[in-house]
Amino acid sequence: MNFDFSDEQRELRDQVRRFLAQHASPRSAIAAGGHDPALWRGMAELGLLGIAIPEEYGGAGAGYLELCVVAEEVGRALAPVPFSSSACLAAEFILQAGSEAQKRAWLPRLADGTAIAVFAAVEGVGDAAPDRIAATVSGGRLTGIKSPVLDGGVADLGIVAARGADGIGLYLVDLRGAGVARSGLDSMDPTRSLVEIRFEGAPAEPLGEAGWDTVERMLDRAAVPLAFEQVGGADRALEMARDYALERVAFGRPIGSFQAVKHMLADMYVSATLARSNAYWAAWALATDAAELGQAAASARVSATEAFGHCARNNIQVHGGMGFTWEFDCHLFYRRAALLATALGGPALWEDRLVAQLRAA
Amino acid sequence: MDFDDTAEEAAFRAEARAWLRANVPTEYEADLRSSPFGRIALRNRDIVAASKAWQKRKAEAGWACLHWPKDYGGRGASPIERVIWQQEEGIYSKLSSLFIVGHGMCGPTVMAYADEAQKRRYLPPLAAGEEIWCQLFSEPACGSDLAGLRTRAEPDGDDWVVNGQKIWTSHAHLSDYGILLTRTDPTVPKHKGLTMFFLDMRSPGVEIRPIRQGDGQAEFNEVYFTDVRIPDAQRLGRPGEGWSVALTTLMNERLSIGAVMPTGFPEMLAFCCTPGPDGRAPVDDSAVRKRLARWAARSSGLRFTAQRSISAMSRGNMPGPENSIGKLVAGTMMQEIAGYALELMGPAGMIAGGQFQAMMLRSPATRVEGGTDEILRNIIAERVLGLPADIRVDKDVPFNQIARTG
Repeated sequence: MNFDFSDEQRELRDQVRRFLAQHASPRSAIAAGGHDPALWRGMAELGLLGIAIPEEYGGAGAGYLELCVVAEEVGRALAPVPFSSSACLAAEFILQAGSEAQKRAWLPRLADGTAIAVFAAVEGVGDAAPDRIAATVSGGRLTGIKSPVLDGGVADLGIVAARGADGIGLYLVDLRGAGVARSGLDSMDPTRSLVEIRFEGAPAEPLGEAGWDTVERMLDRAAVPLAFEQVGGADRALEMARDYALERVAFGRPIGSFQAVKHMLADMYVSATLARSNAYWAAWALATDAAELGQAAASARVSATEAFGHCARNNIQVHGGMGFTWEFDCHLFYRRAALLATALGGPALWEDRLVAQLRAA
Repeated sequence: MDFDDTAEEAAFRAEARAWLRANVPTEYEADLRSSPFGRIALRNRDIVAASKAWQKRKAEAGWACLHWPKDYGGRGASPIERVIWQQEEGIYSKLSSLFIVGHGMCGPTVMAYADEAQKRRYLPPLAAGEEIWCQLFSEPACGSDLAGLRTRAEPDGDDWVVNGQKIWTSHAHLSDYGILLTRTDPTVPKHKGLTMFFLDMRSPGVEIRPIRQGDGQAEFNEVYFTDVRIPDAQRLGRPGEGWSVALTTLMNERLSIGAVMPTGFPEMLAFCCTPGPDGRAPVDDSAVRKRLARWAARSSGLRFTAQRSISAMSRGNMPGPENSIGKLVAGTMMQEIAGYALELMGPAGMIAGGQFQAMMLRSPATRVEGGTDEILRNIIAERVLGLPADIRVDKDVPFNQIARTG
């Protein structure tokens, strides 16, 4: 058996890691509103944005395991790009639920980075749910407010959940077109854009025949690469803490020689390892269309959220006062962990999904 | 990424499965399945006799101690084949718990340090379950700090004379032989004055007393040594080299991966999904779902961490210190699960005898035996993450000058 990534996938990982180490600078993206267009173009040129999009729609046609490899590196590097929103979630919506014309219109542009797409369902406090959606579509026009929308400030296309004549549907909306007004929100993670979008009669085109059941399916599919992004962040936070514990001397010894610190780091390793193993399971399930995808995806998401939060918190703790300065990157990981914990629905949503799967199994 | 066997692995699995199908003692299946955590009992047969019979049958067909050389009663199989065997043996591997210490730790130590005649004499009956072995390491005053042990062995002619006390010895009362770590020189630092032996557990001066545990069971023993004579020919390794011999023993423990430690999660899930008289089940409460989900993710995390280790073995790598996480996670998890189950029962949780009450009472031991949670965290911190070893104030001090308890 080989429950691991292949040599080629590892090579891809190394290549993406080198590229992001050289080009991803989360800090420089803060002033730019949480997006680095040059980095995005570079990733597009390497074929990373359409890595799981079939070749007939302008992608690299590699697969979901490769998508997960890239997502992990994006998380590790805290890359300030809308990868999870556009390449993992929105592209999947269009690929799985869009009409042939919609796929031909949008997937090549998402793959080459000339368009960014986001999914917009949430309206205020609480996870998205059909009975919480007040936005409406009538006569092909969308009205309502979506907030917060992650990466919404830099997106060209919205996939918006709204109430139509036949219940909740999904609609493609040109976010640069008429009837759309965006206002920036202060993002917990300033390396990623967060906005409120007001739609006032914006032209809206139904995404295939998608309804809320499509959302349910896409949540599972997008949770897998998102868990990898979280695992990448958790691993990097653990490494930072480990390196600092070896370098920082107090009471005449490296602080990493104190059991209180060693055991904290060991526990971080444990949660990061469990999350990685769950993420591998979910990647396998996604790549093979396994019946257990729902359970695996929810397990990966619950585990990865726990691990990234745990590692990011304790990374600051190991760094002590220095960890609380703006200059050290610790707070950026802490912020990213908080952002990703709720980005695709918060922990309670995924915990409930997991238990529902266990009961059905 | 897959869970598929290679062609060789698949062939091995098919062979193992075919033999098992024709030979497993199905008459015990129901009892083995229903036996609670830590206690295996058969209704119609003594568990020791049943275990020995099953081991013997495996040995005769070449399915005992798969990773040992054929000359010593094994099969000469690869580590991954051993894992496949465990998967296929499934529930019946519970019948091997009597032999885990002997096969996993004593045998490999004998194999590494005994002379050829001894290996041919002792290993095949050990593999075949005809003789049971135990490991005499821990003492009342030294658990995690094993090298601080005090049981003395002093040379006398061609023999050594042993006095002292060991504790937490599994199956000592059933054992024919044991490997014994002793102090032979208290004037040198603690790691340097140790020597390993093997001995006949029926030697004069060996006294075995069961320990009544906190959960009321008696799985372990104290073993007292009063002027016990051991021939020098039964020394394993040179005098003073006992510590490195002991490390060989302990390293072999790691090879027994593949079997995931019990966590109590499947039992907890079933309990939480069972409705009470009012029709409501614990799982209807979101607070319960939150805990279940966290445990489910930890449980699957352990399962797939083991799958990753097995994959690494399949590629030819040996299991490393990262495998310490299995027991570290499972022990605490079982304790949490059992405690929460009792809470959910309300006052009925007070009644002993149920599965969660048994887990609650047994789980503290899991967090201590075979490496405490704290030692495992040290192993992960030092050997996986590369952090500095603990500062040891007694490292270079002669053993007889070290501060000690009592």
